[in-house]
Amino acid sequence: MKAQSLFDRQTFIVLSLLAAAAILVPVMNGLAEPGSALHLSDHLVPLLGKYVCFALLALSVDLIWGFCGILSLGHGAFFALGGYAIGMYLMRQIGPRGVYADPILPDFMVFLNWKELPWFWHGFDWFPFAAAMVLLGPGCLAFVFGWFAFRSRVTGVYFSIITQSMTFALMLAFFRNDMGLGGNNGLTDFKEILGFPVQAGSTRLALFVFSVIALAGGYLLCRWVVSSKFGKVLVAVRDAESRTRFLGYRVEHYKLVVFTLSAMLAGVGGALYVPQVGIINPSEFAPANSIEVVVWVAVGGRGTLAGAILGALLVNAGKTWFTAALPEFWLFALGGLFVFVTLFMPRGILGAAGYLWERFSHGLRAGRSPEPVTHAAE
Amino acid sequence: MFCLRNILRAFVLLIGMTSAVLAEPYEEALPKLASDRYADTDAAIGAIARSGRPLALGIVEALRDGRLLSGEGQVIIRRPSGELIDAATGQAWTGSSGDLKPVRINNRVRRAIEAALGSLTLLSPDARTRLQAAQAVFRSRDAAALPTLDTAIAQESDLHVRDALESARAAIILTMPDALPDQSLAAIATLHGRGDQEALVLLSGLPSGMSSEVAAAARKAADGIRTRLAVFGALQNVWYGISLGSVLLLAAIGLAITFGTMGVINMAHGEMVMLGAYTTFVVQELIRTHAPGLFGVSLLVALPLAFVVAGAVGVLIERTVIRFLYGRPLETLLATWGISLILQQGVRTIFGPTNREVGTPAWMSGALEIGAMSLTYNRIAIVVFAFSVFATLLLVLRYTSLGLYVRAVTQNRRMAGSMGIRTSRIDALAFGLGSGMAGIAGVALSQIDNVSPNLGQSYIIDSFMVVVFGGVGNLWGTLVGAMTLGTANKLLEPYAGAVLGKIILLIAIILFIQRRPRGLFALRGRAVEA
Repeated sequence: MKAQSLFDRQTFIVLSLLAAAAILVPVMNGLAEPGSALHLSDHLVPLLGKYVCFALLALSVDLIWGFCGILSLGHGAFFALGGYAIGMYLMRQIGPRGVYADPILPDFMVFLNWKELPWFWHGFDWFPFAAAMVLLGPGCLAFVFGWFAFRSRVTGVYFSIITQSMTFALMLAFFRNDMGLGGNNGLTDFKEILGFPVQAGSTRLALFVFSVIALAGGYLLCRWVVSSKFGKVLVAVRDAESRTRFLGYRVEHYKLVVFTLSAMLAGVGGALYVPQVGIINPSEFAPANSIEVVVWVAVGGRGTLAGAILGALLVNAGKTWFTAALPEFWLFALGGLFVFVTLFMPRGILGAAGYLWERFSHGLRAGRSPEPVTHAAE
Repeated sequence: MFCLRNILRAFVLLIGMTSAVLAEPYEEALPKLASDRYADTDAAIGAIARSGRPLALGIVEALRDGRLLSGEGQVIIRRPSGELIDAATGQAWTGSSGDLKPVRINNRVRRAIEAALGSLTLLSPDARTRLQAAQAVFRSRDAAALPTLDTAIAQESDLHVRDALESARAAIILTMPDALPDQSLAAIATLHGRGDQEALVLLSGLPSGMSSEVAAAARKAADGIRTRLAVFGALQNVWYGISLGSVLLLAAIGLAITFGTMGVINMAHGEMVMLGAYTTFVVQELIRTHAPGLFGVSLLVALPLAFVVAGAVGVLIERTVIRFLYGRPLETLLATWGISLILQQGVRTIFGPTNREVGTPAWMSGALEIGAMSLTYNRIAIVVFAFSVFATLLLVLRYTSLGLYVRAVTQNRRMAGSMGIRTSRIDALAFGLGSGMAGIAGVALSQIDNVSPNLGQSYIIDSFMVVVFGGVGNLWGTLVGAMTLGTANKLLEPYAGAVLGKIILLIAIILFIQRRPRGLFALRGRAVEA
């Protein structure tokens, strides 16, 4: 890996592009005349915001998969948990404006004939508490899950499968009405966030900008983690877990820390996602969603961080276009993408581009050998 | 004055009813059928049913179906064919049909009809009719049927029907206020022997005026039945568990082979199951249009075809994708997931997104009753089938050269290669074998599940759980894993509900993997780190 310092060229490019997006989108949506070529229509703002949240999720997967070799097929669960935390806050904000006009109980509880708020709903009317839960909910789950899994050295495909069953179990649980989180309808019909109407254009722009800032922050955090000494050990775990252990490192501690951190990052992504799409329901836990995240990372380039962002944006833009233009063929395209990327582009777009760039500069400055390509062993 | 008139009316009614029973019953009762008062009709039905005349059954049935006509004091039966018959003589009716109108009935009369039909058909030559009649009498508890019942019991030869008749008789005696204690005790014993939910309801709902001896016996019998029902309920749940376990075994057994030999997680395994189910559908469609007589064997025809179709697709996947991904199991997982999406969408494009109808051959419908348990034949067939597939596979792996090679590659790939086994060819064959097994599973699952493009998705996580739980490289692990998960799931269901039970089970497996990261039957030695 070449890009290991905190502020290298890649970081600079990523941050510049994100800054440009954070400035250009509000300008093009708010200032440019509707109808002009530069205008960004209103419905595109939450769509782009959604992509940015997905990029954050992809980033969190790349942190553990690309740098520590942990393939989680259940990261969608952490994303959804973060989303549920903020969704509960938004439900409490509705107050008496719901269909049944109950000042305390959300509509679905009135509908189910519940008399009082379940204990775990308390505190969610206070934003700082909800924001803390966005980090603590996924973080605690990941910590407990990881503590059990890593301690007993569950690795490789076994770990992937149990993360998949974790998100599957959560999906089944959240589908139950007794869970007290809206059953299969989930949480929706939000009105306000921090006093601003969720549907308003300005709120959406603000949410978009916050999502971009969160993505930039997440990127910097991940970059800092992987370029630190800690990150070096992570890569060592990825490439030769037993050897790292024999060298005296407590592999399970490293894995646990990075797994928990990654889950919190995913939770933040989910928390920003929910107010922009206006709904959170148990289908976010579907195992298929989590696997799809992995392919975003694989497309962009595993173990590059920037690649995860790029992959998430490209695949989701492709999905939006495909499902509108050729809905029949989206699954063919997605499935084909999975096969193509794993077979022909094991290092993703950025990896392939980097390889070409190495060849190119090698040709220019003959004599200087390109750095050997390190293949990640599972 | 008012009071007197009422007494008089009751007196007249009493005389009317008694005379209907005492006088020459049949001819006397006939005109009363058509009476304007339902009480008369009611009494007449009883009298006719007891008369033992050959026409009685026809009359009561006609009354039930609204085919009994009356006019000018005559009662006429209209046969379903339209032909009119004089109920008194049995001869064809020659009068004008213009004045005839159907005899009206109400709910009370309808009950009387049911009871009468029960006792009338008790003597029918057809055993199934007699059985139904006995059950009808058991429910109606009409004391008037008692003499007929006694006759029927005396001449009954079919044991099953005889039991039903006996319990109907017991039910009547128990609800008769004037039964002797001995009779009641015998009746309680009979019902205890019957031992089902209906007997329990009857025994625990006895009228209060019973002697203490009888009441105690009834209580004891009811407790006995409750215990028996609880035992059978538990057995039934175990059976459901075994049945679910067989389904899991079928779905997971192919996965165990591919995972075992190649360490490859085949996410498209569920789609192989789906392909098998769709093969069954296509075979049945072809048989329906070209050779409807062969429908009974359609599943047997589908079995080898499903094996070939799914196996061929499996070999194709291995040759074109998976063999390029050796040593990278996580990438294989992603690639096979992609393949599963393509297969799903492919099937959806060809066959449409909705469920397809796969029929059940006649020999697989119906149920076997054992005590208070009911085992449906298609479930029995699947359990038997799953175990025979398992045994076949075990024999193939144990006694054929292919099996030897597969086991060698599973245990130590490099050593097997050094010994001259062409490991890549074995990989392709093992993958084909595993996929073919999934196809066969699809044939079985088409009988109990919806055949839709999502069929495979619903089994893939469960199959993984089975393989991970049972351990890799040993088929017995798969068997134990499937049966344990299936039974545990079904035994949890009554207490926790279907969804919560499943969640508990998933959590239990996740915790179990912490203890035994390589499953119940883990490979030992060098193969573990390979």
